[in-house]
Amino acid sequence: MIITTSLATFGRYCLFMRNVFSVPDRWGVYLRRTVTEIVKLGMDSIPLVLIISVFIGAVITIQMQLNINSPLIPAYSVGLATRDIVLLEFSNSILCLILAGKVGSNIASEIGTMRVTEQIDALDIMGINSANYLVLPKITGFVLFMPVLVVLCIGTAFIGGYGVAAFTDLIPVSRYLYGLQALFTEWYVWYGLIKSLVFAFIITSTASFYGYYVHGGALEVGKASTDGVVSSSIFILLFDVILTKLLLQ
Amino acid sequence: MIEVKNLIKSFDGRTVLHDLSATFYTGKTNLIIGQSGSGKTVLMKSLVGLLRPDSGEILFDGRNLPDMGRTEIRNLRKEIGMLFQGSALFDSETVLGNVMFPLTMFTNQRYADMKKRAMFCLERVNLTGAESKYPSEISGGMQKRVAIARAIALNPKYLFCDEPNSGLDPRTSILIDELLSDITHEYGITTVINTHDMNSVLGIGENIIFINKGYREWVGDMSKIYNTGNKALNDFVFATRLFQQVREYVASHETTVPPRDAR
Ligand SMILES: Nc1ncnc2c1ncn2[C@@H]1O[C@H](COP(=O)(O)OP(=O)(O)OP(=O)(O)O)[C@@H](O)[C@H]1O
Ligand SMILES: [Mg+2]
Repeated sequence: MIITTSLATFGRYCLFMRNVFSVPDRWGVYLRRTVTEIVKLGMDSIPLVLIISVFIGAVITIQMQLNINSPLIPAYSVGLATRDIVLLEFSNSILCLILAGKVGSNIASEIGTMRVTEQIDALDIMGINSANYLVLPKITGFVLFMPVLVVLCIGTAFIGGYGVAAFTDLIPVSRYLYGLQALFTEWYVWYGLIKSLVFAFIITSTASFYGYYVHGGALEVGKASTDGVVSSSIFILLFDVILTKLLLQ
Repeated sequence: MIEVKNLIKSFDGRTVLHDLSATFYTGKTNLIIGQSGSGKTVLMKSLVGLLRPDSGEILFDGRNLPDMGRTEIRNLRKEIGMLFQGSALFDSETVLGNVMFPLTMFTNQRYADMKKRAMFCLERVNLTGAESKYPSEISGGMQKRVAIARAIALNPKYLFCDEPNSGLDPRTSILIDELLSDITHEYGITTVINTHDMNSVLGIGENIIFINKGYREWVGDMSKIYNTGNKALNDFVFATRLFQQVREYVASHETTVPPRDAR
């Protein structure tokens, strides 16, 4: 039972994506909407990303120091471990889980409201491919802007760690900075960026899907928004495992 | 002219439209009337292709909608304007933006020309001075008028209105009705209006199709609607207290209700 319904949902998702990924009716309109979405979904998320990153960066540094507090391990390991955690997992998976809450619920409720107030029908009636018109700019806009968020996240998390080094006596600043640069693997950055692109796609497409197929009223829009966030989170975690296996091993 | 032939539509085995045939004429206000739940919205949504009928033909001047492919439907829809029950204006656009929207999507005009056309449509619905407001900042009746302006922006050949005056006071309703009627005659549009408002029926009912429980019960115009032998239609027409009183009055004074032209 649950298998058939999931398969049916997945089938509908694929059909929906086929409508989304068709040639826009008007390139000018599409580009303008993409810029709007970059501002709305991407730029407006910057404050949240900065706040979270600076605190988590500081916390990771403190916890690493407590965990590997041993005379046998060199002090710079704290910086190194902080860096790798941030690059490998925090700046992409965890960040996207958080953004799934913000961006996903925003998208699902916006599109869901348009559905229940017949605005989507109005688009269809005019002869516009509503899925393409509404959803494609969101997907491309957010996917395009995701690397910026990731880089900002990495940078601010390191600054958070630096704050700990500078304002506490847990670890000397020079050791922290040395650790940040020691034994650097460039691939980790690419790995994180690739993951984040996939997650950005998951968040926008899943949330749009749930919003687009709302039936009913305000109550259902709320439910669609929750469903969108929950399923995109699950898919993010699932693809985290798959991509890690594929890209790191 | 739109011809509907033997249309059947069901949901999960429950038939909502039973073998329904009807004709909607060009340059006339065609009304679909019937009780709540009788299938008016389902019929209208089938007419414009938002719902797919189980069987039957829907001929737009000879072109059968159920036979059309996706591109053909989208091309046909460029000739269609539709007014939804809840106006369905785009929240993120201003009044002007809403009316200009179809123009930006389907014409290659310069901005100034599109704006001119949009302003003309807004003037046509007596709505000037509100163009920079957002839909949430104007009243329901104004929203309806903006929606009409948006629907006529591209000079549609077919105009569909799902309960254009539900939720409006009687005077505003009459204004909207007259507006729809005027536009229809002025531009020779095939207008189809869903309604259960007797005021509209008597005001602009040039071709009335009465639907009862998914069956087409009666076809006629406003002058014939009082004196039909159809029980379901009589029940519908004389459902309001006012009409019951009018009927009693007419019966006791041995006159007839004057048709619209005599008023
Ligand atoms: N998507 C749907 N799925 C299942 N049943 C539906 C659907 N849409 C409409 N129906 C059913 O079809 C019947 C006719 O509904 P419809 O909306 O056409 O009524 P209506 O005449 O427009 O009423 P109202 O005047 O209240 O708008 C109702 O019994 C309704 O339950
Ligand atoms: Mg209805």
